[in-house]
Order: sequence, then C-alpha cells, then structure tokens
Amino acid sequence: MTAFRVPGRGRVLHNRPVSFTFDGDTYQGLEGDTVASALIANGVHLMGRSFKYHRPRGPIAAGSEEPNALIGTRRGKGRFEPNTRATVQEIWNGLETNSQNKYPSLKFDIGAINDRLYMLFSAGFYYKTFMWPRSFWDKVYEPFIRAAAGLGVSPTEPDPDNYASRYLHTDVLVVGAGPAGLAAARAAAEAGLRVTLVDENAEPGGTLLSEPQAKIDGKPAWDWLESEIDALIDLGVRIMTRTTAIGYYHQNMIGLCQKLTDHLEKPAASTPRERMWRVRAKQVILAQGALEKPLVFDGNDRPGVMLAGSAQTYLNRYGVRVGNNTVVVTSHDSAWYAAFDLASAGTRIEAIVDTRPAPNADLVKQAAARGITVFAGYTATGTSGRLRIKSVRINKVDNGRVMAAQTLACDSLLVCGGWTPSLHLFSHTKGTLKWDDQSQTFLPDRITEDCQIAGAGRGLWGIEAALNDGFAMGAAAVKALGKTANIKTLSVADDRPGSGTSHTELPTDLDAGKARAFVDYQNDVTAKDLRLAVREGMRSIEHVKRYTTNGMATDQGKMSNINGLNIAADALGKKQPEVGLTTFRPPYTPTTFGAFVGYHKGDHFEVTRKTPIDSWAEENRAVFEPVSLWRRAWYFPKDGEDMDAAVRRECRETRKSLGMFDASTLGKIEVVGPDAVEFMNRMYTNPWTKLAPGRTRYGLLLGDDGYIRDDGVIGRLSDDRFHITTTTGGAARVLNMMEDYLQTEWPDLKVWLTSTTEQWATIALNGPNARNLLAPFVEGLDISDEAFPHMSIAECSVAGFPARLFRVSFTGELGFEVNVPARHGRALWETLFAAGQKYDICPYGTETMHVLRAEKGFIIVGQDTDGTVTPYDAGAGWAVGKNKPDFVGMRALNRPDLTAEGRKQLVGLLTDDGVSKLEEGAQIVLDPNQPIPMKMVGHVTSSYHSDAAGRPIALALIEGGHGKTGETVYIPMPDRTIRATITGTVFYDPENARLKL
Amino acid sequence: MLLIHCPYCDETLPELEFTYGGEAHIARPENPADKTDDEWRDFLFIRTNVKGPHFERWRHAHGCGRFFNAVRDTVSDRFLTTYKAGEPRPDLAVLLEDAAKKEPSK
Amino acid sequence: MTHFSALSLLKNALTGQKNWQAQWPDSQPKAEYDVVIVGAGGHGLGAAYYLAKEHGITNVAVIDKGWLGGGNTGRNTTIIRSNYLYDESARLYDHAVDLWEGLSQDLNYNVMFSRRGVLMLAHNVHDVQSFQRHIHSNRLNGVDNRWLTPEEAKEFCPPLNISPNARYPVVGAALQMRAGTARHDAVAWGYARGASQRGVDIIQNCPVTAIRRGPDGAVEGVETAKGFIRAKKVAVSAAGHTSVVMETAGVRMPLESYPLQALVSEPVKPIFPCVVMSNTVHAYISQSDKGELVIGSGTDQYTSYSQRGGLPLIEHTVAAICEIFPIFNRMRMLRKWGGIVDVTPDRSPILGMTPVPGLYVNCGWGTGGFKATPGAAHTLAWTVAKGTPHDINAPFTLDRFRTGRLIDEAAAAAVAH
Repeated sequence: MTAFRVPGRGRVLHNRPVSFTFDGDTYQGLEGDTVASALIANGVHLMGRSFKYHRPRGPIAAGSEEPNALIGTRRGKGRFEPNTRATVQEIWNGLETNSQNKYPSLKFDIGAINDRLYMLFSAGFYYKTFMWPRSFWDKVYEPFIRAAAGLGVSPTEPDPDNYASRYLHTDVLVVGAGPAGLAAARAAAEAGLRVTLVDENAEPGGTLLSEPQAKIDGKPAWDWLESEIDALIDLGVRIMTRTTAIGYYHQNMIGLCQKLTDHLEKPAASTPRERMWRVRAKQVILAQGALEKPLVFDGNDRPGVMLAGSAQTYLNRYGVRVGNNTVVVTSHDSAWYAAFDLASAGTRIEAIVDTRPAPNADLVKQAAARGITVFAGYTATGTSGRLRIKSVRINKVDNGRVMAAQTLACDSLLVCGGWTPSLHLFSHTKGTLKWDDQSQTFLPDRITEDCQIAGAGRGLWGIEAALNDGFAMGAAAVKALGKTANIKTLSVADDRPGSGTSHTELPTDLDAGKARAFVDYQNDVTAKDLRLAVREGMRSIEHVKRYTTNGMATDQGKMSNINGLNIAADALGKKQPEVGLTTFRPPYTPTTFGAFVGYHKGDHFEVTRKTPIDSWAEENRAVFEPVSLWRRAWYFPKDGEDMDAAVRRECRETRKSLGMFDASTLGKIEVVGPDAVEFMNRMYTNPWTKLAPGRTRYGLLLGDDGYIRDDGVIGRLSDDRFHITTTTGGAARVLNMMEDYLQTEWPDLKVWLTSTTEQWATIALNGPNARNLLAPFVEGLDISDEAFPHMSIAECSVAGFPARLFRVSFTGELGFEVNVPARHGRALWETLFAAGQKYDICPYGTETMHVLRAEKGFIIVGQDTDGTVTPYDAGAGWAVGKNKPDFVGMRALNRPDLTAEGRKQLVGLLTDDGVSKLEEGAQIVLDPNQPIPMKMVGHVTSSYHSDAAGRPIALALIEGGHGKTGETVYIPMPDRTIRATITGTVFYDPENARLKL
Repeated sequence: MLLIHCPYCDETLPELEFTYGGEAHIARPENPADKTDDEWRDFLFIRTNVKGPHFERWRHAHGCGRFFNAVRDTVSDRFLTTYKAGEPRPDLAVLLEDAAKKEPSK
Repeated sequence: MTHFSALSLLKNALTGQKNWQAQWPDSQPKAEYDVVIVGAGGHGLGAAYYLAKEHGITNVAVIDKGWLGGGNTGRNTTIIRSNYLYDESARLYDHAVDLWEGLSQDLNYNVMFSRRGVLMLAHNVHDVQSFQRHIHSNRLNGVDNRWLTPEEAKEFCPPLNISPNARYPVVGAALQMRAGTARHDAVAWGYARGASQRGVDIIQNCPVTAIRRGPDGAVEGVETAKGFIRAKKVAVSAAGHTSVVMETAGVRMPLESYPLQALVSEPVKPIFPCVVMSNTVHAYISQSDKGELVIGSGTDQYTSYSQRGGLPLIEHTVAAICEIFPIFNRMRMLRKWGGIVDVTPDRSPILGMTPVPGLYVNCGWGTGGFKATPGAAHTLAWTVAKGTPHDINAPFTLDRFRTGRLIDEAAAAAVAH
C-alpha cells in the first residue's frame, strides 16, 4: 500500500495491484487507476514541464481537461503516442510512460532557463524581435524558434494497430452519463425510444463517482447508480463508455470516438484500437456537466496545486489523498466539501481560505466542527516550492486593500474559482450563448439543432437539480419525437449544491506586473500577458487569444478560456459578451488520426479499379500505372528489359505483326431512345444524323465554355442506339454532364443513358495480322475490309461470346476492338493470346498505346489538351459540325479570346539533331538568347522515341502553331538549348494505308 | 454531413449519396447563337452566391440519378425544401415562415 | 509608436511590459475618406498600408464587419509559394514572395516568413507531366522550382513514405526552396500597425451594408452600420463575402463561396521540416513553430457561409496524410476549423478595376489567398492610387470571363492550391 492510498476507498480494486513505469521507474497502482492517480498515490505530483517556461507541473485536474500532466505512453514497437493525459490513461501491467519537454531530466531541465527570462518572453515577444540583422533570420533565429516547438515527440514508426468505423442511427443520443444524462436516458428509454448513452470516462456516473455521500431516492449514490444502469440496460439503452463525443455536425450527426484497447493489458490482436462512430440521432441531449475553474494568482501552477473538485475525485473515485497537509483557496462552496472529505480521510486541512468575506455559514460551522481554520475575505498572493508546493502566501483583503501577508505551509493546495458549463458540442452547432450575470457564465441561448441541454450545462448545480433536469429534458426530447413522457422527479439527500463568486486575478499586495499568475497553464499564458495584449490594442477575445496563445493548448481552453475572458474584459472595461467568446471547435478532446482514417489505409485508402484482364496482366509481370481510380498495365517487360526497351519492342511487334491491348477502362455509355440522334447532335460537336447504323465516328465533347472536355469513338448500332466511348478518367464526369443536359435542359428528349463501362471488357487488336487472328473466332459477321470497313461497328459473337465489335484504330494499324461481357474478358483474352502465338502476338500496355497514337497524331485529352484548348486549337476543327444550329460549346467558340490570333495550337515537333527526345512539359521559345523572364510560346505535350519514325517525335501546343509549319523553335533546358522544327502532327503512314489492310 | 431529401425517391438520405450541381434556375438560353458575349458570360459564370436561402441543384448520383432543386440557407446549411427539376421556384416567404415554425428553440 | 526591436523588448521587460502602446487604435469613422477599403484582412490592410506608404494616400479607412484578421487571414494553413504555371500567375505570386522576404523589416513586425521549402508530390504520370511543365515554365520565368526523385524527396522530408507499393506511390516531387510559411495573424497585425501609424483608420465591427453610386454611376461611398461614409474610391477585399458586397453596387460576380477546412494536431517536437502538398490525394501539411502539424483539406462540394464543413472530408484528408506519412497515425487532432473561400471559374483571382468608376475589387483567391497577400495588396494599392491597372494585376480582370481569356491554373494543373 502506497503512502497516499486510502484503504478501501474509491472504485479501484484494492486487491488487484498493477505495476507500470514512469521515466523508467516502476510504480505500483491499482486496477482502475489512471497514471495520474497511481503516481499521486505514490506521492508523485511532478509529471511534466510547461511549453514556454519549462515550469515543473503536476496534474491540476482528474479528467480530460488536464493541461499539465501530459506524458508519452508506449506499448512495445510502433505503439507510442505523445501528449497523453496522465489523468485519463488507465494503467495496466507493463505500461511504459515518460514525461515530456525536459532535458536532461524532469527534475533538472535546462529549458527552465526561459523561466528566469520570463519578463522578456512576454506575450507576442517574437513579433517584435528576431528581425536584425536580416540574414540571421534563416540561420539563427528561425532554427532557434523552431527547435523550441512541441511538448512530446512524434511517433517515428508506422502504426501497427487497426481502427474501425461504424454508423449508428438512434432516436436519442445522450452525451454524458452523469446524473443529468442518466436521467435523460431513462426518460427517453421509458417512452420506448432507442437510446444511446455515451461517456468519455471508463464508467458511467459522472459526478456521482466523486460524490458517494449523496443519497438518491433514499439509496447511497453508488447503489442507485448500479441499479439505474441495470435498469437502463434492461430498457435496451446502449451504454458506451470510454467514448467521447468529439463533434456535433450538421443535422444531428455526432462523431463518437470509442477507445477499445488503450486500457487493456493484453488486447486481442483482432480488436481495433479505437472505433469512430457516426451517429445520426433524432434528438441529442447534451449533459456534459461543468468544468471547474482555477483561481489566478502568483504561483498557482506548482506541482501540488490542484482543482478542489479533482482532489475530491482522486479521493472518492480512486482512493488517493493528494497530500498530507493541504490548504484550500476558493471562491465557491464546492471546495469546502473537498476539504471535508479529505479531512475525513486523514489529510490535515491547514486552512480553508475563501475569497468571500462571508462564506456560507453552514459550511463555516462544519469546518469549525472539524477544527479547520477558516480565512474568509482573503486572497492568495504567492506560493513557494520548486518541484512541489511548500507554502502559500495569503492576505486579508479589507475594503479592496490587501493587508499583510502570512504564509501557510502545505504539500498540496486546492483551488476553486467556480464552475463553467461545458457547452463545447453545443457550440459546434453554432448555437448561440448568452452571458448570465448572476452565475458569471455563458449559458445556451438559441438552439439550432434538434437538441436539449440538461443539468450543469444549463447552469444548474447539485445532483438533485441535475437529475431532475435530466428527466425533464429527456421528456422534452420524447415530446419532440411525438411521444408522451411522464416527468419524474427524485429527491437527493446529502446533496452539495453551492454558489460562489467569480474573479479575475486575485488581488495582491505585490507587483502585479511580475506575478506569475497562470491562466493557460500549458502555454504559460499569465494574466499579465492578457493585459499586455489588451494594452497593445487587442480588443476582441479572438485577438487576445491569438496574441497570447491563451486557450490554444491541448486542453483547448477548457481550463483557461473563461478566466482569460474575465481578465480581458476587465482590462478593456467591458462586459464579457462584448469581448466575445472564442468558438469551440471539434474535436472535444484530441482524437487519434487513425480513428478518422478508419479502414481507409493502404490498399483501402481509395478503391483500386481493376479490369477483368488485370489478373492476367499481373500474372504476366505487367508493370502497372494508376490512371484515375484504375490501375492499368503500363508495359510488359521481358527478362532484362527496362521500360524503354519493353515499350520499343511492344511498338515494333505491334506494327510488324500483332499487338493486343486491354482497353476495358475506356468509359462506355449507351445512348438509347427515339431522340438519341438529336441528343448526340446537341452534345457532341460532330453531326450524327447521317451516320448510318453500323458505322462509327470520332466524337468531340466540349463544355459550354468551348473547351475540349472529352473524346472517343462512338458507334451507331441502330437508328435509336449509340455506343459512346469516353476517356478512362472522364467516364463518370461525361455521364454526369450528359444527364445534366438531358434532365434539366432537354427533358423533352426521349433518351436514356446507361453507363456500361464495367459491363464490357474491351480487347484491342492492332497490327497487320489483326484480322487474321480474329476472323476465325467471329461468327455472324464478315469482317473483311469490304464488308466491315474501317470505322464499322456490329454485334456478333467472338469465340462463342456475344460481342460488340468495332473496327477502329488508335495506332494507325489495322485494328479491332472486341467488347464482350466483362465476365468473359479474361477467357477471350487468353483465347486470343493463345491463338495469337502464331503471329507472335504482343500484349502491350498504356505506354506503347501512347507512343503508337502519338506517331499518328491522335490526341490524349488531358495530356495534349489542358482545359484551355478548343477543337480548332487541337487541329480537330474538322470534327465540328458547321451547319448545326447548336451544340454544347458552340456559342462559346465565338467568344473574342477563342477566335483571337496567337492561340496555342497543337503541332508536331521534331528536334533538329534527330536524336534528342524532348521532355514532356518543356517550354518553347522563339528567341533562345533573351533574358529571363523569357517569352514562352508553348510547351511540349507528348514526346516519345519512335522506332516507326526512326527518331524522337513530339506534339506541342505553340502560339499560332498551325501557321508556323517548318519554322524553328527552341527548347531551353537547364544544360543546353534544343532546336526543333514545327511539323504536322502525323509522323507515320500519313496516307493511312495500313488501316486498309 | 448534410441530410438531403430526394423529391423523386421521397427519402431523406446522407449527403454522400448526392452531388452538388450549383445554382438552380439558370437555364441554358434557347438560341445560344443569338446571345451576346455578356449574356453568355452571365449564363456560364455569374452566380448570386447568396448569403441566405439559395436555390441550388443536387443530383441523387448514388441513388435514382435524378437532378432536383433545393432551397438551402447557406448560413445555417439548413434545407428549406427540395423539389423536382422543372417545377417553379417555391415562394421563399412561405418557406421561411415554415422554417421559423420548425426552429428547434421555439 | 514604439519601434520594435530587441532593445525595446529588453527595456520593456525591465519596466514590467507596462509601456507598450496599442499597435493600432480602434477608430470611429470620419464622414469622408479618399479611399475606403471593405474588409480588414491581410489583403485589405495591406492595400491600405501600401497606399499610405508608397502613394502618400493616408486618408484611408479599412472597414470590417468583425475584427481585423478574423476571416481567412487567420484561418488558413499559411503556405506561401509562387511556382505557378502561367506567366501571369507566376509574376503575381513571385512578386508576393519578393515582398514576403523583406516584410518583417518593412513592417517592423516579425511575420516569421519561413523559407522552409514547399514540396509538391507527384503520384502518377500525369502529375509528372504537369509538374515538369511547371518546372520548365518557372525556370524560364526566373521562379525557383526543381524536380526531386522520390529518394531526394525523402531526404528533404524524412517522414515521407516513398514505398512503391503505396496506393498512390510518390514518383517524384517539385520543390520550391524559396517557398514556405508565415505567421498568419502577424501579417494582419503588422499591416494594421503599419497602416495606422501612417494615418489609416481601422474601423472594426462595422458591417458595410451597401456601396452607394451616384447618378453618373461612379462610387460615392459606403453605407455602414455606423452611417454613410463618403469616398470616391472603394476597394472591396471581402473574400467569401465579396459577392454580397459587390451586388449592392450592382456588380454581379463570377464567384462562389465554399467551406474549406483545416486542422492541427497536438504539438510535438520538430519532426517535419518543410511544407508538403499533394493535389492527387488532396492534402497539405507543415509543422507550426508551436509544433502542431498544420493540415489543409479540400473544399466541401456545396457553397456555404456556415464555416462548419463536414466530417467525411476531414476523414479523407487525415487518411491522405497518414497514407503519405504513416508515422503520424497515432498523432491526435487537436482542433479543426472552417473558412469560407471565394472561388472563380478559373481558380485565379480578380484583382483591380471593375466596370464601376471608383470601385476596385480583390477577390476570388480560392484556397490561395494568403500567399499572395503582399503582392495583391501592393498592386491593388497601385491601381487604386493611379486609377489604372498595374502590369502585374492587369491580366486578372473581370472581363476575362466575357472574352474567355481565362488564367486556368486548375485546368492546367488538375488543381491549383
């Protein structure tokens, strides 16, 4: 049994010891302890160092609002996380923890030199210096500032854990399982609603866990709690503990983060570490309670200084006394009870110091009965003790005058400056708050979502008030959902309702300008920093916050916002609401990235679309490239081949005999209906009326801004049916665009659009032997050049599979594209591949496809065009139907800039030396000797080595390029300038003789 | 994540099923060739970008696939109504009155 | 007003920091100004500063509906770079970087411009083509930008995962060494202090309800919550709210306002040396001087002024970051927030003259406004002072949406940020 453990007290299991380490030393705690409660039980309060001044710090709180006691936590390899709150982390055998932001050790930290220079490191000091000499910024000042960053250290290994995510629909979500939340859940559940009750703590109960003395409905609080939870479970309420409501989003969606393994000694390997819930609730009840405020005075941050309510929690929930001799400084009744409880447990209460001249007479009487000295109408003006508080300095305040000081020795100091309703989630909804003068707090005002606020969140104090408000608000939620509820009430004995006053800094007889009166503990923001910010012209709390960093620590202002606001308002001579409240932002407490990531990691980060033939490509050692969400075979290297060699071979073999290519990723849209041809006429630049069934045409699609959006070969199957192909990346976009025009602009057209991209597997056969290979497999169709000329389409069967056959070529060779139902894609591929062996058939990938098409000057939308290119720019003016009354993009093509001289136009480019391959993206100039910045006239869009042309070839967009054929341009590279000549875009077989084989 | 009522499916569903389609009631001119450059710019680019009730289009992309119109307050992101494409603009005053009645704090 | 220096800091340290003066007074409006600027963000305050400093026009008011610097200036992820593709953009943003480099000294306010380098990741062949096009163009424009192999990128940014098996493997990167970050609030405060020192009035919590035009169509002044303020020149620099303000002058804008979210992690010791952007997976990250990882997300799909933003987008952003930097999976998100960005059809700003005599506008920055702050403010001041476009802002006209002469960084680069 450790020195500060109270036998039999609390909810920890006294017969279940647990050992863990802190900074390498082993400590004993009990099952149910947090790291903080276990260390305090061992007499250890010093757990960390503050951010700026490296001041020694201990836990000031017992919950998730803790700003000081942040530690590193580790569970073996890869499982380390910094900045864990020691007040939340439960202990288990073998847990390793360490303190942060110190060097070389927690007890002796060199960084504490900053503490001596505190007058220099005032708020915003860095804005005022580090500017001279200017050259020192990069080399000296900035590295110095950046090196001071952070508290803990980042993890350095990939995370081995898994995270889960779930959706949940519920009638009523209750956030907070204290008395108000429990009662609200009961009211809603009894009305037959589906209820979910969540709490961030390890067990439900909230304040009841710290107040076992209360008697609810005649029962001791903990007995009542146990039976109440049983009753809720019987009513089907889903109770989730260690579950934090992190954010309140639109239309009653709440994000919950549930911690599943951080408290376990041996989590099952299959258990996710955390689970993110996205809950959609018809009604939300926010019963998040209230947070205790510290008092602001010189030295209010030493290890051993703690919120009174937290000390009460350590005692009653964890069975730990925070010290042996304690002083209490308070402006609120609640701290008196903490003192009484501690006194009963054997701690000597040196004094209760109340700032109020006349505290509650009943409490004074109880203190007297316990022999506790009371100083009423006093202020605290300082403390001593480096690594642990040793004494507190107090003074009588007489009519505003601070009288002579006296010093009280102590090893712990409990403070209480009152309580602040916890309205973080309410604030996420953009619900508004109203300042309540009487309680000196903000209370909820205008509610914007379907939610109720219950208990301390509405400024109600005491268990009875919270319980009964919970019943009432639960009933309100029931009523809002159209059901009826009885509003129950319970009476509570030994309740501890109370009141208090609110302060800015406590008055002092010392130089307030030198006081180290902390408001934001972690960020070392003092009252004088806040006043300095105001002095320097910061007039809104948002400015004050940003200038001082008050409220920006990992507790996100839970400890500091209200004290900061009170002080800023005082400094400005304004009421708090005129100074404003900074917006609370999600998440409520810091939330693991992994929980947001959930399943979306690795291969599941985003879906990978694969064609039916992908598995064959993988087995045949294809190298893949990502193209939008697809992965496509890029090239098929043989032993010893690099990409260049493989691609050149694939190109050669295809042109020489036969290549096969998986074109299944091409987008496909079926356009059907009596008005199909009219629709096509309106969508595409080309005319379609005269295209006969059985024929295909290259189609060009613009936006209504006149720029090229997509292209593809389109076949007419019958009068009322078209088979559109789109680019791989454009399929979804094109269909959406077509649906948009069809549904909203031309709803009178009788046309139906269907995406068939994944219905068809598409195999392209190209090369002089394409027909020789294919013909024996085709049934029901003569594919001779006469019967099935270039740009034909027909339905037939291929190798016994129903097929749509295109005679089309993206390579300039005799070509066919066979579409078969996707499930037959691989079988057909294998059949053709096997039969193709006699023609030395060559499977090729996207890179070879690019080379072959570039040799013929076929464009790739998105590579040779970039969203600013018109059909005329691309040399595809021939595809624009000049006699059509309208098509998408037609009007815009007449806009002034689209018809202006000097537009960038697509041309071919050959380097004069015949061997230099240009870089894609390289910029083109007319005068290579001009100074920088140079006038650039265009850029290289495509560039490949071409065996067919016997040299490198390129396509480029060049200003006025169509009129510059034969002219010389220059491509300045870092090491040299390359000369090139503008040519046409066709580098191979300009007569198209090979298509007609 | 917004909840959106699809007037065709008559169901209220999460935003993930829908894609936003920009401001509503901007019809493509009947005879584009007759339009001036200014008029074409207005059609293409000029938007009210209103701060408050906004007439806008959504598509139930991962559902019925239909485009429909909505009125949404861009300050609160609250939907006042949704209605089928081709239906006239609803009366904003009536919508605001209805919305005020449904305000949770009332 | 006190000159800021190590010496003044020391002196004040010895006197209990009691002698600092307000960095800018909170002014009440006068009846008339030579120039009224609507919107007291970095852009608006900056324009006022340069009007006073470089053009001697000091009878200027900057009016804001809320607190200065309370909009996007204080809500962005502070990335500064200039490696844009088009000559027009590169010149504008590089002009801004030139000014960033001397801004702390110019303002006597340390804005902590940190040239830590911005690394843009390429994940596929299309990215490589696009980045190479940028790099070549930047080189010939005199803008710093260079190509790194995956290994070089990892050396520059050690937390980077360059495994070829990643869902979006890193196949290379473009690095602008001269780029980096700055302290966003300090930019607004520094300009506010510098402007007010030179006589500019900063009027906060005073919504502008309308821009008034005279019978000749020219601007006469602005109606505000504190009454009418006469001014022959009005410059609107109101970011997401520009459409609403311009509408009152009868000018309809090609703008839409979208929610944009960002987040920070808990602070950790230095682990992340530079800025990394990935347009393909939509994520942006750097580490602040406090130690927080500062992470930018994309815009939600719908227009909104709510500053809320949805959970799915944030989940995707965090997933993207953890995909590229798997060591951060156990880090924790500290807070996330939303801003409102005004987006033009070509993702480039509108900067300078409007069809209304005396009315000027600076808007449409989308997600890229912070980096341009000094450049935009500087050239807008020039235009307001002289009544003609500045060479650098001349291409960024409103008229380009009529003619079609767009500056489409988005189309050219897939996404511009």
